[in-house]
Amino acid sequence: MRLINRHPGRLAGRALAATPFIAMVALYLIASAIRHAANPADKLLPSISQMAAAMNIMAFTQDMATGDYLMLTDTLASLQRLLEGLAISVGISFIIGISVGMIPYLRRLFVPFISAFSMVPPLAILPILFIIAGIGETAKVTLIVIGTAPFIVRDLIMRVEEMPQAQLIKAQTLGASSWQIGLRVVVPQMLPRLIDSLRLSLGPAWIYLISAEAIAAQNGLGYRIFLVRRYFAMDIIIPYVIWITLLAFLFDLALRHLQRRVFPWFAGAKAQ
Amino acid sequence: MSTIEIKDVWQIYNDRVVLEKLNLNIEEGSFVSIVGPSGCGKTTLLRMLMSEEIPSKGGITLDGAPLSHEPTQERGVVFQRYSVFPHLTVLGNVLLPLELKESRWLGKLLGPRRYDAKAEARQMLEHVGLRGASEQYPAQLSGGMQQRLALAQALMAKPRVLLLDEPFSALDPGTRADIHVLTKRLWEETRMTIVMVTHDISEAFRLGTRVIVLERPTPDNPAKGARITHDIPVHPRAKDKKGAA
Repeated sequence: MRLINRHPGRLAGRALAATPFIAMVALYLIASAIRHAANPADKLLPSISQMAAAMNIMAFTQDMATGDYLMLTDTLASLQRLLEGLAISVGISFIIGISVGMIPYLRRLFVPFISAFSMVPPLAILPILFIIAGIGETAKVTLIVIGTAPFIVRDLIMRVEEMPQAQLIKAQTLGASSWQIGLRVVVPQMLPRLIDSLRLSLGPAWIYLISAEAIAAQNGLGYRIFLVRRYFAMDIIIPYVIWITLLAFLFDLALRHLQRRVFPWFAGAKAQ
Repeated sequence: MSTIEIKDVWQIYNDRVVLEKLNLNIEEGSFVSIVGPSGCGKTTLLRMLMSEEIPSKGGITLDGAPLSHEPTQERGVVFQRYSVFPHLTVLGNVLLPLELKESRWLGKLLGPRRYDAKAEARQMLEHVGLRGASEQYPAQLSGGMQQRLALAQALMAKPRVLLLDEPFSALDPGTRADIHVLTKRLWEETRMTIVMVTHDISEAFRLGTRVIVLERPTPDNPAKGARITHDIPVHPRAKDKKGAA
């Protein structure tokens, strides 16, 4: 049988999916063991027990200076920035995306501007944000908004334009006004697509969050990683990276479930 | 009396003449089938009737008044595809025209008014044979059921004219026969004026009271557009025979 027609069974499929993960962990453990054999105090590739000890201090021990559990404080601070940024971004983008997508006059007015604006590298204007908004929370949240909103807006405009013309005509023949078409036909069909767009924006959102925290912050996951880098504290950095990855993965999973639960029609409609 | 009058209508895209000096009067309560080879401009004509396109020259009137330049409630439509809203249930789709009419800002009815509207919508679903499917989404329905729903939805808005754009072309023959019966029945009950574009000639004769054939006399010459080559009245008797066969 041709290679393109061969499919793994259920069990084989799972084993295949797990292989790269196991391989990566195994490779790390071997490399780490080799380095520790040469130098038991090696910091570059910390062993599992070293990382566990570091995590014990970061996550489950009160900080001597502040009395906080540092990892918890970091996580909450980062999540707050991330969620605030994404909420503002999604809110603005949804209103702009739908109205620009639907109304030809607004399309002419805004689409070229949005296309140009989305080419501005958000990190390049981070200094401007710090100068204008100070190094507080506003600048970080704004960076996430500026970094993610143009993409979501453009994506939504395209999705609205992609809607079958027949649907819009049909709505008009049923007596719908522009406002009613927006409210009853376009918005409900764009909400699940907004979730897709948001899922794709999660990656960039984390990038901007961690960049902003790395440059100016008093707490946060990104702040911590860049702080302990000075001491080569790989035993903290690696678990933090894994933790961030896990959070991002859980977000994505939650959004996927939300989409399936709240918009049961969406999968079928997409397939048609 | 004519409901729709098409007077000296031309449609020209760039240099290609699609329709040439078309004249057609459509009588109140008639069922006009428009047939012709693909690319003859029959869909263009229908799109002009629903104001999706504006004629390059000439004019169309509905009940004596020029057609609005945008789709209106007077002209209902059923397309071959994408005629119903995928995000609404079957009941929601039929309810929508009532909600749009009665709730200007929300586009949604609540409380007792919703209850009454639902009852009306259910009645319509029952009428087109979709009673059991009211909570399903369009994607869960077969093609034939989707088109039944599209008809029901269009009728809820009580249009003066119903425009059908190849509505049954994607259906298999058995389903098509069933929906022909339904369409015929709905037309007889409402006595609505219907204009249907189709490439299925037997369908055109089975349903229509009049069959219009559009053709380009010289298909390769872009300067010569399509015109009406045949205008055939269909006699009820002949039609009954066909229906029985």
